[in-house]
Amino acid sequence: MWYLCVFYHRLLDYRKPEFESLADLFGAFGDKRSSDFNTQDKVLQWRLPKHHHPDSPFHFVHLPSEDVARNIANRSILVKGIYEIWGEGNDFEELEEAVKSYPDERKLPYLESESTFKVTVDSFGKVLSLQEQNERIQGLSYIPFKGRVNLKNPDHNFWLMETDENETNNGLPPVVKRRIFFGREIGGADRKLIPLYQLKTRNYLGPTAMDAEMAFLMANQAQAAPGKLVYDPFVGTGSILVSAAHFGAMTMGADIDIRVVRDGRGPDCNVWSNFKQYGLPMPIGLLRADNNLPPWRPGLKEVFDAIICDPPYGVRAGGRKSGGRKLLKGIVGPYTVPDDKRADHIPSTAAYTLVECVHDLLDLAARMLVMGGRLVFFYPVLREDGSVETHFPEHLCFKLVATSEQMLSSRYSRVLLTMVKTSLYTEELALAARIKHLEFRENHLKWLENGNLHSLVFSPADAESGDSKVSKESKPKYRGKYV
Amino acid sequence: MLSSNIKGVTNGFPLKIQVEKVVEKQVEINHDFLRNIFPKIDWKAFSDASRIMGYDEMPEEPPEPSVLESNVEFLGKFHHALLELHLEEGALLCPETGRKFPVNKGIPNMLLLEDEV
Repeated sequence: MWYLCVFYHRLLDYRKPEFESLADLFGAFGDKRSSDFNTQDKVLQWRLPKHHHPDSPFHFVHLPSEDVARNIANRSILVKGIYEIWGEGNDFEELEEAVKSYPDERKLPYLESESTFKVTVDSFGKVLSLQEQNERIQGLSYIPFKGRVNLKNPDHNFWLMETDENETNNGLPPVVKRRIFFGREIGGADRKLIPLYQLKTRNYLGPTAMDAEMAFLMANQAQAAPGKLVYDPFVGTGSILVSAAHFGAMTMGADIDIRVVRDGRGPDCNVWSNFKQYGLPMPIGLLRADNNLPPWRPGLKEVFDAIICDPPYGVRAGGRKSGGRKLLKGIVGPYTVPDDKRADHIPSTAAYTLVECVHDLLDLAARMLVMGGRLVFFYPVLREDGSVETHFPEHLCFKLVATSEQMLSSRYSRVLLTMVKTSLYTEELALAARIKHLEFRENHLKWLENGNLHSLVFSPADAESGDSKVSKESKPKYRGKYV
Repeated sequence: MLSSNIKGVTNGFPLKIQVEKVVEKQVEINHDFLRNIFPKIDWKAFSDASRIMGYDEMPEEPPEPSVLESNVEFLGKFHHALLELHLEEGALLCPETGRKFPVNKGIPNMLLLEDEV
């Protein structure tokens, strides 16, 4: 059946991927336990309302049942509401005709006298006064409502939605044309989660802690759910694991910086206290480990259901790996720390370029994810000439299913990549990864010099002001960090 | 799950546990999670570890998967050994070199020193 999905008008690239990941989780594509990961292209059917622009919040989507629609909408972060549409039209006369001809068996069960109901009037692109809203509700008198009105907690919530061309001058182009919808609400996002988990009141924070809304989106992309085990190899303060734990998953994390993971800022201000703050189950394990030289036992594989992380891009926080800086450059030979200092020694670490970091992450994920498990991570990209390079990291074990861009500045964006493991990790792959790892070590200096993202992002603007005008226009003006 | 990855060490698993302080935490039981993770565990290493930590209820031989489906009492014990016993202070020792990976406040420090890489 076709339902009308109305999204919140923000994080536009993230809306449909979140919806489709949740659709998969809630069984919209048939039996989830089928091991046919490759051939099933799990994409929903979408349809734009007449005259609407793809960035519009209104999209029709085809789903197998109302239960699936409700589950997806209620768990999502970006679905304002999902509705069974009783009628639509360009004006109120068309709407009335459409609603009158909608089959009675779909309407009467929800208009019964023992039920309570409410009608909400919503408009996108303009503001309606209370009087105008009431007039519209009165105009629906042709619908045989038999129940009582309950504004606080009705059994059924009906929505009368109007969209109009936006005539204001704030730079927003008209994304919608006039269309009126009337439908029954089935479900919608619980946005109260965001103020509840917001970083402003988080117990233990770090400079790169993931904001609550984005952390929930990542957890949805990864299909975190009860019974699953989720891992974050760059756990930091645990902001991403918190959202996975909220959705019922068990979590585990590692970080190379022991002070962030073990000590925090005190006995009541550390990763554990973040989970305690929200009454969530603690991570089953936190460790200090280097992803470049991971401590897993040989033969350990296919353990995690999802890996969700935000690797260091080297812009605001640089990645580190084992091995002293000077050691890897060949300036000093490997030195031995005297015995009495070995216990508390914090080993020196070397710069960890993004390329090597991502290679290690993909290798780890290929080995440690179960078949069909998801790897969800952010990847930074430079915005040159206004468009984003479309070359994302690849790995033989993975199929890329979603990319969602978030502009951080005019120079660069980060893209949330979602990959599904579709092939087994083989001996050949392990060997190839080991060879590549050694190659990185040999050419450590060379990698450091090439592609230093930090300098590209923070270098003073070039004197090509003509070019920068072009780059700003190719992405519509209403796109920004949160839209 | 962890093994010693010092350069040159061929037999780094399982790490021996040196216990200084064990803490028992209360964790809500989740049967699906337990059934999910059971096949991924090296049972012998796990049951040995739980014994060192002071809990003797785990059998030496891994149970049949059907036990996990039906025996709620066993699930409870498995849950206790796996998720509720924490090594708060102590160390993990490399079986080959004896190198100690310290465990402080429940967090093992697996980082190698400069000459071990």
